[in-house]
Amino acid sequence: MRVNPVSGQVLAGPLEPVYVYEAPVRLWHWVMVVAMLFLMGTGYMIGRPPPSIGGEATFHYFFGYIRMIHFIAAMVFAVAFAVRVYWAFVGNHSSRAIFLPPVWNLSWWRGLFSQLGYYLFLKKESERWVGHNPLAQLAMFAMYTLGSLFIIITGLALYAEAWGWGTWPMNIMGWVFVVFGDPQMVRTLHRLTMWYLLLFAVIHVYMVFREDIMSGQSVVGTMISGIRTWKGAPRA
Amino acid sequence: MTETDTYYALMRRQGISRRSFLKFCSLTAASLGLGEAGAQQIAQAMQTKQRTPVIWLHGLECTCCTESFIRSAHPLAKDVVLSMISLDYDDTLMAAAGHQAEQSLEDTIKKYKGNYILAVEGNPPLADDGIYCIPGGRPFVDKLRHVAKDAKAIISWGSCASWGCVQAAKPNPTKATPVHKVITDKPIIKVPGCPPIAEVMTGVVTYMLTFDRLPDLDAQGRPKMFYSQRVHDKCYRRPHFDAGQFVEHFDDAGARMGYCLYKVGCKGPVTYNACSTVRWNEGTSFPIQSGHGCIGCSEDDFWDRGSFYDHLTTIRAPGLSGIEGTADQIGLVAVGVAGAAIAAHAAVSAIKQARSKTRNDRVSEVEK
Repeated sequence: MRVNPVSGQVLAGPLEPVYVYEAPVRLWHWVMVVAMLFLMGTGYMIGRPPPSIGGEATFHYFFGYIRMIHFIAAMVFAVAFAVRVYWAFVGNHSSRAIFLPPVWNLSWWRGLFSQLGYYLFLKKESERWVGHNPLAQLAMFAMYTLGSLFIIITGLALYAEAWGWGTWPMNIMGWVFVVFGDPQMVRTLHRLTMWYLLLFAVIHVYMVFREDIMSGQSVVGTMISGIRTWKGAPRA
Repeated sequence: MTETDTYYALMRRQGISRRSFLKFCSLTAASLGLGEAGAQQIAQAMQTKQRTPVIWLHGLECTCCTESFIRSAHPLAKDVVLSMISLDYDDTLMAAAGHQAEQSLEDTIKKYKGNYILAVEGNPPLADDGIYCIPGGRPFVDKLRHVAKDAKAIISWGSCASWGCVQAAKPNPTKATPVHKVITDKPIIKVPGCPPIAEVMTGVVTYMLTFDRLPDLDAQGRPKMFYSQRVHDKCYRRPHFDAGQFVEHFDDAGARMGYCLYKVGCKGPVTYNACSTVRWNEGTSFPIQSGHGCIGCSEDDFWDRGSFYDHLTTIRAPGLSGIEGTADQIGLVAVGVAGAAIAAHAAVSAIKQARSKTRNDRVSEVEK
């Protein structure tokens, strides 16, 4: 099987299963899924709290627990992201894909437009790709990678506020408020980024299932087993 | 009033006892977070050091800072610090008027060149050569530059001088500009708030006069001792926030029970100020205590951050007046549109595949 080393496009058969996603990448992916579910659920409630509960405040810590779950999931999210960045340095070809789309490569751009044409029903059949196709890669980078990085930075800054100016968390994160003007702005951007990541998640889930059914290569199963398998005849 | 006066001499002349003087020193030390030794330091400094002259200028503003300042809880802070300042120049509070007043300003600048502190209330509007604020017959921006040139340090009183406040709210027709964007070569200490708390103002002045230096400032130029924590962090209603007990409407049972005002738009969680600890009017109350959410008056651009009664900021689409939403509305629309697009795309995909399948079947039948 011949593969373009930069874009990952399968150029000629015979098609053989390829080990694409290494164990740390798969683990990171599913940790992210769980963390994001918790983060978006609790995060939405932090911005729009559920109806009040009755009784004495002394005996309740309901909203406190919502925030606690948010902070714990956020720490898991941030650490998983950091480990994933580390793995991009030591992992295989696919581990770098979402951090570094090869925008300098012409065949990558050709692949991107070919894939775009396929999704706009201008092309009948999809090319086959080891790892992400160029369009997916660009979406991952622009939406997931940049979005996550931004939400982690603004989130840590908002978290540091509990300690206040002049403490070590604020000494590390205080610059965020200087860059964006004031805490209210940072909150608004943090929340907008949540919606941005939800938008990504919705599109992502649709695309992986569609690809899995229609494109002639395994997608969902690949993030579980790590191995890409192929369906149908090789493309000419 | 001669140059050799100390603060202590000045206080004694105003009939303040030594006992009261020492009380003032310890109170100020406590409010500045200096501890026991700090009180002695302040007392020592006030008895031995010559007083530092202060010039207080008023630009585009409403004088609420001055109104707040003269209501400082501790009588000593009010009488002494105020008289120490107003003796030199303050358009609102000084005895002199007209040309005499302007003359005294020039005299003070000349006499204490490089040694006086410039306190600015309000800000200069820069549009049309500063024509929108003309004190003493010339644009305020010129006066500000003139006085700032020989000042040792500048205090930006209130949100006007610190950030711009209401006159700088969009679209800012007079181009009202905070002091630090006009004067860039002097140390500037921001004391934001609309107005700032009286005790915070006297505390900052006392610190500067006593120790002859600026207090520690945070990354945005505010004194850390008063602006390092949010109103929310020390709010007495915080337990209701953690418990999940919120006021839903201003007239509901929660409001009567003193629940957290977060859901009716309290900006305490995004506002750095000392309201919840120092409080106002001799520590009587503060907005949240009287049942209304914090509006975030000490934060940059608080006028342009949407409704005072909505916790989430209103975002205006650039160039499209009238189209606005909050982060949630924008997010919901985006996800909704994406969902609809996905459904359409999935439907088209399914139809196309079904069609190509029947065609393939027909082709294979023909081949047979």
